[in-house]
Amino acid sequence: MASQKFARAELRKSPTGIPGLDDITNGGLPLGRPTLVSGGPGSGKTLLGISFLVNGAEQYAEPGVLLTFEENAAELAQDVRSLGYDLESLIAQKKLIVDYIHVDRSEIEETGEYDLEGLFVRLDHAITQIGAKRVMLDTIETLFGGLQDTGILRAELRRLFRWMRDREVTSLVTAERGEQMFTRQGLEEYITDAVIALDHRVQDQISTRRIRIVKYRGSTHGTNEYPFLISKDGINVLPVTSLLLEHDAPQERISSGLPDLDAMLGGKGYYRASTVLLSGTAGTGKTTLAAHFVNAACARGERCLYFLFEESPQQFMRNMRSAGIDLARWVDQGLLKFHADRPNRHGLETHLLEMHRSVEEHNPGIVVIDPITNLMAAGTQPDVRAMLTRVIDYLKTRGVTALFTSLTTPAHDLEATEAMISSLMDSWVLVAITEEERRRNRWLYVLKSRGMPHSNDVRPFVIGDRGIQLLPMGKPSRTQKTRRKSR
Amino acid sequence: MSDNYALKLYVAGQTPKAVRAFSNLRKICEEHLEGRYTIEVIDLVENPQLGRGDQILALPTLVRKLPTPIKKIIGDLSNTERVLVGLDLRPRRAS
Repeated sequence: MASQKFARAELRKSPTGIPGLDDITNGGLPLGRPTLVSGGPGSGKTLLGISFLVNGAEQYAEPGVLLTFEENAAELAQDVRSLGYDLESLIAQKKLIVDYIHVDRSEIEETGEYDLEGLFVRLDHAITQIGAKRVMLDTIETLFGGLQDTGILRAELRRLFRWMRDREVTSLVTAERGEQMFTRQGLEEYITDAVIALDHRVQDQISTRRIRIVKYRGSTHGTNEYPFLISKDGINVLPVTSLLLEHDAPQERISSGLPDLDAMLGGKGYYRASTVLLSGTAGTGKTTLAAHFVNAACARGERCLYFLFEESPQQFMRNMRSAGIDLARWVDQGLLKFHADRPNRHGLETHLLEMHRSVEEHNPGIVVIDPITNLMAAGTQPDVRAMLTRVIDYLKTRGVTALFTSLTTPAHDLEATEAMISSLMDSWVLVAITEEERRRNRWLYVLKSRGMPHSNDVRPFVIGDRGIQLLPMGKPSRTQKTRRKSR
Repeated sequence: MSDNYALKLYVAGQTPKAVRAFSNLRKICEEHLEGRYTIEVIDLVENPQLGRGDQILALPTLVRKLPTPIKKIIGDLSNTERVLVGLDLRPRRAS
């Protein structure tokens, strides 16, 4: 039937310009219709709405009107300025109108019949003045506190949403989350086109913000809860579940930073866009090995992003300098960037988002996460694995080569640790220390390296003032011992 | 009291509610404020920008600009008692 085909046509959308949100809504909010955004206090509803207006005005040539029942315009402008939005300049350019409606029940006496035509007139006037295509009402439920006659109010709200539909403005209406209902005043009864829920949870003193498309009439949409981040650059939603194993597998090889180690890796080093795990107990030289990798990449002119979850960049660079690896010059040249953070400062999702953002900002060819084990303490095992899968998928899709260091505890069998992450790794290099004749000896070997013939040697190495140097194969007896078990 | 009452009545067009509100207001003023009041009717359909200054939302709205403080009464002013209370012409009854 022809009509069936027509019915399947996707709704026209109005892009929000919020990274990720347009992905999970398949293009944005329903064009010319109202969308309800509900959430608790501080969940980011106002900011979401303002992003929608600001992006509309700046990127899509769609002027907007903000009718706020909450704060006055000056306070609001100040609040969002910290997120990089300059409302005043948009107002001056006639791309935005902010109208502040203050209702105080104690100031108002009600006698006889009335309607909210004043609101309509003001909104209509504002829309006409700048040719607005977008409208935000924040938070219209406040009126329930200001006016006594809720019968009139409800009828008028119904009329308002119908009017906005007829006016063909794309509107975003914020509401407080209710106890029983979706919103405190049951606004979902009037706005049925699209409903978005925001949530702000704190678990183990770590806060995570989540967004969910509850309803989107006439459109497909992501149904999961997606984490989002509010940072100095505004809102960022991450559609993290689009996991398809379809990234490219380049043939190109890149150096591990040590020619001798490259020789052990089929003579050429790692594959580009692959994942590398460096694991070992404390003080074995994992970070130094990672620094060699980064140093070599920067020397080739590649951009590197180094996530530090244990040390500050200054401390890290000082330590590496003492091993003869000068990383400061790459920082100066803008090739190397650090992102240092405490693992327990945020939840995993936030870390994931921040990592995404850093990667997008710096656009590196190489990413190092040192150590991944610290990050693993920030969540439960399944969560960590899910997050790592996302990170790796994301990096591979971008063609980034990722190196992870992993700290193993001496009590465990070296190879048994991190079983859950090792399967995600294409190459695995293990570093170890043995004590012998009152001397600590360092060893490394390639435990696996997918898609290439690799050496089975356990090579001794030293760390001197020129960094790591692999030594010629030692006495077989020593090697055998290390293989059996390291204490 | 020799205070002058400066009153503004906001409406949007000649709606039945607006007409009712105006005649109710005239009657109350004649009875209680004879000779010491002015009424200015503001039609927001003609001057929508004027709604902003007095924070007009509901219509009709009566605003008492003088004497201060500013008072607002919304509705068609059909309840004389409440209008008088709203204008501070009659003490608010403890309820």
